[in-house]
Amino acid sequence: MDSLLNRYRNVTVLVLAIMAQLVLLAYQVKSGNDVRLIRVWAVTAVTPLARALEGVRSGTAGFVGNYVMLRDTREQNREMRAELGRLKMENQYLRTELSTADRARALSVFQARSQSRTLAARVIGTGAGAVSKVVFVDRGSVQGVQKGMAVVTPDGIVGKVIAAYPTASQVVLITDPSFGAGVISQKNRVRGILKGQGYALCKIDRVQSEEKVELGEWFYTSGDDRVFPKGMPAGRVKIARGGSPFQDIQLEPSGLQNGIEEVLIVLEGAHQQIPELPVASPTVHLLPPPPADPAATPVAPVSAAPGTDADRLRDRYKAIGESQGHTFGEGLPGSKPPDFNKPVTAPTPVPATAPATKPAPSPPPSGAPPRQ
Amino acid sequence: MSYSSDRILLGSQRESRVSRFRPWVLFVIPLIAILFQVYVPLFFQFMAYLDLPLLVTVYFSLMKRSQVAGTFVGAAIGLAQDSLSKNPLGMYGIVKTLVGYFAASVGLRFDVDHAFIRLLLGFFFFFFHQFFSWVLARALLGQQVDFDLQRTLVLGILNAIVALFLFHFLDRLRETI
Repeated sequence: MDSLLNRYRNVTVLVLAIMAQLVLLAYQVKSGNDVRLIRVWAVTAVTPLARALEGVRSGTAGFVGNYVMLRDTREQNREMRAELGRLKMENQYLRTELSTADRARALSVFQARSQSRTLAARVIGTGAGAVSKVVFVDRGSVQGVQKGMAVVTPDGIVGKVIAAYPTASQVVLITDPSFGAGVISQKNRVRGILKGQGYALCKIDRVQSEEKVELGEWFYTSGDDRVFPKGMPAGRVKIARGGSPFQDIQLEPSGLQNGIEEVLIVLEGAHQQIPELPVASPTVHLLPPPPADPAATPVAPVSAAPGTDADRLRDRYKAIGESQGHTFGEGLPGSKPPDFNKPVTAPTPVPATAPATKPAPSPPPSGAPPRQ
Repeated sequence: MSYSSDRILLGSQRESRVSRFRPWVLFVIPLIAILFQVYVPLFFQFMAYLDLPLLVTVYFSLMKRSQVAGTFVGAAIGLAQDSLSKNPLGMYGIVKTLVGYFAASVGLRFDVDHAFIRLLLGFFFFFFHQFFSWVLARALLGQQVDFDLQRTLVLGILNAIVALFLFHFLDRLRETI
């Protein structure tokens, strides 16, 4: 027996190692639970090193930037960027509230509601794996981060926390194929599911082909997933193609456009209304419309009344009659009618002494109904 | 770079030289490789395609020339990598266990100090790793992931070239007996 084991020792070790990991894998898949202990060990071993590296890197870069090249400019720039981000979020919130209701209501809503409570975090690493769309941030369960919390930037949603460790948290980005979030379009209120695809663009799933989605239209979180507060920008439609039964809609996520060095973890979310107007500056600059030129005003008379074809026809006949000096309702049967094919011209003034084209009919006797 | 003679196949197992490493090397180098994969792509995204933990697994397994050691090295590095990914534990573990085992088996047969062999093995094991990861993701996790053959081949060549230089650097840390 010993010789047999010795002979197949290598293969036996291999099979045992594979079997043990298969059991581990099966347990996780079957139960849906994670083997947290091993992950905590690994994350606790690696993230302090990553944080130290990041500290050394940012410290060195900061030293060079602050004291050698630009002195304090970089620090001021960073503070201003942070302030700008905060103001952008506040501005968006206020604009949203003001656009959805009258001022009094918006103010009361603003007073009644508080904005989302967030925690600033810095990205200190990416997940292992060649096509990983996972990052680590330097805030963990000690700071109150929990699994399932939303991660955003002032520009839009970034991802959600999938694991919170004491010193760090793991965040899956919206570009990861396993990511999903409920979204709604700004203009036509079309609902869909935002899904990552493993590269820069995300797709909006489950949008029926009958529903209208336009290029460049913004999508916002709908709040249906109970992860992201309603009203956070998700991105803008880059591609919209018809399909059956669902459309192929590709979205450019707005939260990842400027990189993700620093993010906000939403500890307590506050739902907002979907804004009525685009929040981001358009890529194409449009001038305001030119002022009205009085000289170029159309000469055609503006008819206030006509609405139906019959009204327009009556006006046309009236204009023809006036231009040819014909009065409808006068003259005997068989008399010459006006030429309806002649172009309409302004009526020429008829001299008082000129003979009429037709004999003037005698006025109707008093009391008789006017002829039509 | 100076490598051994032009022979590729070893005549007998006696010709193979087992390399030893100081214990800290076996711990620190994989840790640096994993840290590299976790940290550097933050600033250089294309670096995410460089699988240093895999190359380190291949190197230690080739040099130790022990299938049992290769199995354990692969399993440890794979599980550590799993812990830092969103995959269930065991996905990279299983694949790298197999890589470690087969790399050690190859080390017994071939002259792994030869540059061409190293290049070839770097490419082969990267492809093997990617293909097996794809198989496991589909078979065990039921994930609908695509296998991009062309991309994998290109990345395999890239990783093989990096392996050549990395192995040369790591050679300085070994003690041949």
